[in-house]
Amino acid sequence: MLLNIKNLNVAIDGKEILKGLNLGVNKGEVHAIMGPNGTGKSTLAAAITGREGYEITQGEILYDGEVINDMDPDERANKGIFLSFQYPVEIPGVSMTNFMRTAINAQREFSGQPPIPAGEFLKKMEEKKKLVDIHSKLTKRSVNEGFSGGEKKKNEIFQMAMLEPKLAILDETDSGLDIDALKVVAKGVNELRSEDNAFIVITHYQRLLEYIVPDFVHVIYDGQIVKSGGKGLALELEEKGYDWIIDKIEA
Amino acid sequence: MQKTETTYKPLESSLLNVFDQHKNVLFNGCHPKVDQARKEAFEFLRKNGLPTRKDEKWKNSPFPKQYEENYLIDVPSASYDKHVNEIFHCEVHGFEAQTYSLLNGWYYSPEEKQLQTLDNGVVVGSMLKAQKAYPEIFNTYFGQTANHQQDGFAAANTALFRDGIFIYVPDGVEVENTMQLIKMINREEPLMVNSRNLIILGKNSKLTFMHCDDSVNHFSSFINTLTEVFLDENAYFDLYKLQNINDNTSLLNNTYFRQEAKSRLRVNVLSLNGGKIRNELHVDLMGEYAEADLNGVYLMDKQQHIDNQVFVNHAKPNCYSNELFKGVLDEEASGIFNGYIFVARDAQNTNAFQRNNNILMTPKAVIDTMPFLEIYADDVKCSHGATIGQLDNEAMFYLMQRGISKSDARLLLMYAFLAEVTTKVSIDALRNNYEDMIKRRLRGELSICERCVLHCSMPDKPVEFEIDMSKI
Repeated sequence: MLLNIKNLNVAIDGKEILKGLNLGVNKGEVHAIMGPNGTGKSTLAAAITGREGYEITQGEILYDGEVINDMDPDERANKGIFLSFQYPVEIPGVSMTNFMRTAINAQREFSGQPPIPAGEFLKKMEEKKKLVDIHSKLTKRSVNEGFSGGEKKKNEIFQMAMLEPKLAILDETDSGLDIDALKVVAKGVNELRSEDNAFIVITHYQRLLEYIVPDFVHVIYDGQIVKSGGKGLALELEEKGYDWIIDKIEA
Repeated sequence: MQKTETTYKPLESSLLNVFDQHKNVLFNGCHPKVDQARKEAFEFLRKNGLPTRKDEKWKNSPFPKQYEENYLIDVPSASYDKHVNEIFHCEVHGFEAQTYSLLNGWYYSPEEKQLQTLDNGVVVGSMLKAQKAYPEIFNTYFGQTANHQQDGFAAANTALFRDGIFIYVPDGVEVENTMQLIKMINREEPLMVNSRNLIILGKNSKLTFMHCDDSVNHFSSFINTLTEVFLDENAYFDLYKLQNINDNTSLLNNTYFRQEAKSRLRVNVLSLNGGKIRNELHVDLMGEYAEADLNGVYLMDKQQHIDNQVFVNHAKPNCYSNELFKGVLDEEASGIFNGYIFVARDAQNTNAFQRNNNILMTPKAVIDTMPFLEIYADDVKCSHGATIGQLDNEAMFYLMQRGISKSDARLLLMYAFLAEVTTKVSIDALRNNYEDMIKRRLRGELSICERCVLHCSMPDKPVEFEIDMSKI
């Protein structure tokens, strides 16, 4: 199993957000995580990627068979965990090119490879830019600076394509996207899907899942996964909302 | 309050004594205007001494601590040893510069090049020689923008300077290659150097000038430089100051600009290392549509001190000024930024902007930042902003999530913080070199000997310094 989360409890400032969450993800699978606002979806992404301030009070996150609870975010990234941010950060003064080269070289150094030759790097940039329909001028600019909402999200998928992660978490990548941008993003993700990697797609809406078709759909409520099913569950949620699940739990 | 002999500090006494002892040579061969200024300046110094922390403009300044030191003040010029100039070549790849130098405050060149007229008509050479050769120029310009009674240091400089660089760019001449001034201090004892420069740009002329204080030996020196710059109508002056000196040296760099209509001034000050550094930029915008773009970057650690004082006088309408100073202070370093903008009653349609941003890496690092706007016109656009902060945690996580180590992420962000200023360096080769020096300074890989042209053998190992990235 690529990712195995067991009884995960996570607190922010002492407040429990995740309360005994279990999730298993195998290579080649796409898992969708759905649920109402404030139930722990983004907290799950933060805990897997090692964001500061998210304290694991109980339970384990196993990645490739290794407990990563206390691992630094950069080490997790270099082992192949990627997060497409809900709100990508603008970093004025750091060019996209410099940023990507630094990231790729960090990854290569981690796996004992020499830095990427300039020609190879530029070729890779060109190739991956096409995948998500990014204009050349964007990569010449500072990271996310002055990018539109859609450009920022495309840029996340572009970075994912460059870094070729084993486990990619898309945190509300569909929010703020029009249908055309959504299709571009989904196309990018679908082209990257393979038997060797896995995706966790966090979303509110079924819409994205029409384009990135999941193998499993999970509903988070109050810090736990309360219902899991196939792709049909997403359609059911779209039709009936979350109340029927919540009512059942609380009853 | 008038000073009496008993209240003079050692440095003040030395300055006054040197003036008395060297009167003969100081007044020998100088222009009458210089002589007159010297007398007035000496009187001012005798009455007022050097500035103290009670003076508003020197509040919080550690410079007065130096007044207890004994410096050798007036040293004879060394004979020209072409060795130094021959081994020096500017390391900046793709950057064409014509190099000139001062040694211990004296213009340093072979005798026949003490004052030369270049092919393009530009006159460059020793201040001492220029006074004799161009009395009419000194009559028009000397002391016309600097106020030698501004404070004790301006007075000491005026009373005691022996030499410096003189540059005259005639009307319509655009100087192609950058002119670079390398100031060398090399005596086997602590030295105070008072050097004086005069730079004149004629109408529609253009000059790029690099002023390097990066060749000081390991003794504790005191450099007190005063430079007057005149930009005639539609002239363009691009000035770079590079400061990289040892932790015991005090550097006071006082520059006065007078700008006529449509002239453009751009200044970039890069302070990489030094015990105590104070840069004063005084800009008088005396003609309409004049522009001044004043920028600085400073990186200080240990107990170093940086002080940037910027005074912009909008005397005429339709002028533009912009100040952008950014710095990082580590360990127990301290800094001051004082930005003063004056807009005269008639100076309508003035645009004046000012910003100072700082990153403090430790609780012991200090910055005093003070914007001061005095506006008498009613149709103006003025803004000021000052920030003191740390690196953005969101950005740190974003970089680390892409596999970049914590230390590299900090370096990238620090560098990006300063990039807003360095990107304004218009000469590509020089900008790359600046950026490279900043990166290496942040990583602790830059030595103060790096660009020094003295090539002295240090008694101990070279002074290395480092901004500690782990503390942010």
